[in-house]
Amino acid sequence: MDPFILSRIQFAANISFHILFPTITIALGWVLLYFKLRYRRSSDESWMKAYHFWVKIFALSFAFGVVSGVTMSFQFGTNWPGYMGTVGNIAGPLLAYEILTAFFLEAAFLGIMLFGFRRVSNRVHTLATLLVAFGTTVSAFWIIALNSWMQTPDGFEMRGGKAFATDWVAIIFNPSMPYRLVHMLLASGLTVSFLISGISALRWLLGDCTDAMWKTLRTGVYLAAVLIPVQIAAGDQHGLNTLAHQPQKIAAMEANWETRSNVPLVLFALPDETKKQNRYEIAVPDGASLILRHSAYGIVPGLDQFEGNHPPVLPLFFGFRIMVGTGILMLLVSWTAAWVLWRCGTITRPLAMLMVPMALSGWVATLAGWYTTEIGRQPWLVSGVLKTTDALGPAPAAVVASSLAAYLIVYAVLLLAFIGVIVRLAVKAAREGDRQPEPGVEDQPLGQPVRGM
Amino acid sequence: MPDRAEGGVLKPKSDIASPMTFDPAILLPLIFAGLMGFAVLVYVILDGFDLGVGILFTAATDEERDTMVAAIGPFWDANETWLVLAIGLLLVAFPAAHGIVLSALYIPVVVMLISLILRGVAFDFRAKVDLHLKPRWNFAFSIGSITASMAQGYMLGVYVLGLDQSWTGILFGLLVGLCLTASYAAIGAAWVIHKTEGELQHKAVLLMRRSLVFVALGMVAISLATPMASPRIFAKWFSLPEMVLLAPLPLVTVALFAALWSVLGRMPAVGDRHSALPFVMMAGIFTLGFAGLAYSFYPYVVPERLTIFAAASAPESLGIILVGVIVVLPVIIGYSIFAYRVFGGKARELRYD
Ligand code: HDD
Ligand code: HEM
Ligand code: HEM
Repeated sequence: MDPFILSRIQFAANISFHILFPTITIALGWVLLYFKLRYRRSSDESWMKAYHFWVKIFALSFAFGVVSGVTMSFQFGTNWPGYMGTVGNIAGPLLAYEILTAFFLEAAFLGIMLFGFRRVSNRVHTLATLLVAFGTTVSAFWIIALNSWMQTPDGFEMRGGKAFATDWVAIIFNPSMPYRLVHMLLASGLTVSFLISGISALRWLLGDCTDAMWKTLRTGVYLAAVLIPVQIAAGDQHGLNTLAHQPQKIAAMEANWETRSNVPLVLFALPDETKKQNRYEIAVPDGASLILRHSAYGIVPGLDQFEGNHPPVLPLFFGFRIMVGTGILMLLVSWTAAWVLWRCGTITRPLAMLMVPMALSGWVATLAGWYTTEIGRQPWLVSGVLKTTDALGPAPAAVVASSLAAYLIVYAVLLLAFIGVIVRLAVKAAREGDRQPEPGVEDQPLGQPVRGM
Repeated sequence: MPDRAEGGVLKPKSDIASPMTFDPAILLPLIFAGLMGFAVLVYVILDGFDLGVGILFTAATDEERDTMVAAIGPFWDANETWLVLAIGLLLVAFPAAHGIVLSALYIPVVVMLISLILRGVAFDFRAKVDLHLKPRWNFAFSIGSITASMAQGYMLGVYVLGLDQSWTGILFGLLVGLCLTASYAAIGAAWVIHKTEGELQHKAVLLMRRSLVFVALGMVAISLATPMASPRIFAKWFSLPEMVLLAPLPLVTVALFAALWSVLGRMPAVGDRHSALPFVMMAGIFTLGFAGLAYSFYPYVVPERLTIFAAASAPESLGIILVGVIVVLPVIIGYSIFAYRVFGGKARELRYD
């Protein structure tokens, strides 16, 4: 394989591994703050138990996020030197602000949040929790601003083959940025709410009936039920925005081969790029025209308009359907669970069995969404400004292939270990009760905060 | 390229001689080179000690390991962030150099990153998995720390020789790798001396003395190789007014080494006095070595190829970043001091927290 494809796969592998953990930390920080505040208001021990259980998973995810994030900032130089060479004047400050404002806030206050429970006052500890949650969110703001700028660049001019900033507000709040930010923050909220309801359901299945378990379960289920309709509405708006700025992406997502009215909504098909048609198509008549133009006669751009200049159809078509399909599944599961919880005050076995695997549904939808977005930008790295091929570095194929193999092995092992440890924590909490991680115990030197204050 | 570099060096040099000129195209690259140097130095000292603790894991018992980890627990994450800042500044302020340096160092960078990933997560895992799995993550933690340090030293060695990729470069890189690993072990031991007591503290003193031998070796090797590799650097050190003016640099370093050696001879002192002294002295040695390197390479960011002025981003972009840096850096420093005070004291206490 040539170094170009290998470098792309390597970048995709690294960022995919990375994004799994920010998706958790961004929203989990706020959920922890919520637990902490509920405890301060009610003095109910079980809120603090919930906090202690999830702060461990937060710490683990954060560690994963940091170490895989360090990899990301080296990637640009090792594999895509042409990227900073061309758009460095714009990408530079955005990345710098991310590092400055956010990472330090998180990394620095994290120490107090995780280890300082007894060393600082309760108020300072709550403040540290708040700042960590705020920091992860600000960090998402800057990186999403940059990514959206690469999708829909604005506020710059080209001089001598390099991009120069002309209007920073237009760069940061570029046309797709608000949509992408909202969609991503909601994705994080959903990932976390399904994770905590799934893990709590697992504890319930193992016979755990503690207050702390019920409180987390309820928080997760109700949060998910509230967020998912908002996410679907936001996704719809996001799609309309993409139609306005990157119509070729929508055409590929919908596998719509010709520009016309009455375009059907394809539910399933096997798009065939050489014959330019769909096989085994199942479709709702006029559906896509209705969704995208709010009228059956609305004209939707097709791939014929973008001959030779559109992204590959197959991955976009399926990536988008996996995301939306997961979203609909989320709606069904979370509303059923919320309804049962509300009416009966408990959940049923089949429901719990369904919620356990749904714990990872957020990851699936998030990755599918990002693949749709990123592959949909091809062949451009920065839409209309820089082609991906022109950013490639000089590393030979054999070297990239071996680094890629090394990363993949490490990632596979670590991902299994990550999931294994979370399940183990849940099983342990269910079997032995929510005992505190007494840091005085010899095998718990990490000094997680202990209960009470 | 050399032409441009020449033009980029000589002219600004005469310009900055007069304090009246504030040409942003010269001032800003200078400021950012300074900031980047500062971030690298802080990184080497801070992450140096927690990597060092990982290296020393190989020589510790299980109980000692728990205490050692407790001694770095609240700090390592923020420490590693200085690497992000340093590489981030290279990326955003000198994008052209970022590409050249990192693609030339592709393999050691990958080795370092994978090692940092392994040790970072091992750190968390070792406390969360079942007891019988703990040794495995202990192993990952120390191996990761060792290979990460080796890779960093290797990169330093290759960089010092002007990104030399020949066998000489590789061998020299490995030598520097070994010595940097020893230096991290030394500063890690100094941290353990400060944060622990009793048996473990004794052990750390011994280990620190042993590693110091390699630290000295590494500093001598680099000091000899750098001027050899480049006539320009040779001229910067060994011509007349400079030689006298620069003499304090090596002399103070040697004096610090000697003082450190004798302080260690009297450790641990009664009432645990001066337990932070070895750490401070070690940090001083790092700083002096770093100052020497910075003097040698200025104004190049890619040795003998690209100056900071030729590699810098557009002044407007640098200006925007600078605003952020000026606001945030004092906060970070202030906070870091606060955190080190909150978690001051012996590591044993941390466990009952
Ligand atoms: C939507 C969110 C998001 C996205 C798309 C990315 N990141 Fe990230 N990143 C975060 C959200 C985040 C975070 C939530 O802020 C993390 C996760 C855990 C943490 O420590 O911070 C983080 C950590 C993190 C770190 C470690 C910081 C530290 O030491 O604390 C670095 C260097 C990066 N990221 C760099 C990147 C780069 C170069 C990306 C793009 C190519 C990227 N991230 C995509
Ligand atoms: C966080 C979620 C993200 C995911 C899952 C993701 C996924 C991907 C994937 C799958 C590719 C490969 C596309 C292809 O080659 O066909 C890619 C490419 C790339 N993305 Fe992203 N991406 C994410 C965020 C970002 C961000 C935030 C940035 C920059 C600020 C970014 C910059 C790039 C670059 C530079 C490439 C390499 C060139 C290329 O292959 O197109 N990505 N990403
Ligand atoms: C069910 C209805 C949904 C719709 C209509 C929808 C719509 C979209 C569209 C059109 C894009 C591509 C935007 C572009 O590339 O310009 C996108 C991307 C994305 N989606 Fe969704 N989405 C839905 C559900 C979800 C769910 C449930 C999640 C995760 C929990 C999710 C996570 C993402 C992510 C992370 C991206 C990539 C980042 C971005 O471009 O915002 N989506 N979505």
